[in-house]
Amino acid sequence: MVLDQASAYDFYVNKLGFKAVVDVPMPQGGRWLTVSAPGQPDVEIVLSPVNNSMYSAEKVALLSGMIKEGTFGVAVFTCDDIYATYEEMKAKGVVFTKAPTKEFYGTEAIFKDDSGNWFSLAQLPRP
Amino acid sequence: MGGTGRAVKIGIYRKFGVYMEDNTYPKMYLYRRLVQAKLFIDNHYAEAIDLDLIADEASFSKFHFIKLFKNTYRRTPHQYLMFVRIQKAMELLGAGMTVSEACYAVGFESLGSFSLLFKRAQGLTPSAYLDQQQALKAEKAKVPLRFVPGCFAESRGWITK
Repeated sequence: MVLDQASAYDFYVNKLGFKAVVDVPMPQGGRWLTVSAPGQPDVEIVLSPVNNSMYSAEKVALLSGMIKEGTFGVAVFTCDDIYATYEEMKAKGVVFTKAPTKEFYGTEAIFKDDSGNWFSLAQLPRP
Repeated sequence: MGGTGRAVKIGIYRKFGVYMEDNTYPKMYLYRRLVQAKLFIDNHYAEAIDLDLIADEASFSKFHFIKLFKNTYRRTPHQYLMFVRIQKAMELLGAGMTVSEACYAVGFESLGSFSLLFKRAQGLTPSAYLDQQQALKAEKAKVPLRFVPGCFAESRGWITK
């Protein structure tokens, strides 16, 4: 769930380099907007708007607050070279809350999207 | 070419100052130089890029640069440049641009080599790809809701079973 679809589009497409898969207006307002990672076109991530056409004003306030606080961390993105990916994302203005750190399962960094959702970025050891 | 060289130098040096040193890791500066070179290709693919100049500005010997680049990005700088150009050409063709317009827009200087490279990379000629994309668009325009999951649309009362 995102706070602003235009801003989210800019983040996922321009900063993360994802491709918009479906982008159509919804009858009730907002867009049905999905993106997918390059090389994985069959997995779509829905950038669903938190707005009054979908939820009550109460829910919108509740959800927006939680999203901004970084309540939701919904995915792990893996990459081949975490340092190259990290440097490129940083150069494009992505905010990281954890720099690449060696863990027992691999090397992991954590970044946030423009709404506050956080994601793990990981380079897993080669099998 | 001298003008381009100066622009590259300024571009790369300016970027180094942009972010603070939070923590360092081995090879950090090496990665940054490599990433800057890659981003340069991403941003200037439509121009006549001199890859020797990029290697130079990143302070690598040409051989070292190609090797490091390939290790990180699975393609040599030249292969990566071709890859970016073909990807952008596909986007332009998808948007309805003609084959020759797309060819020159992404920085190729010869229609023949563009078509050959495109076919080798994508399995079909640029014109065939263009026709395919037009057909796909026509189909989508007819039934827009088809690409929205049914249950989502249903729960909101847009369609009824």
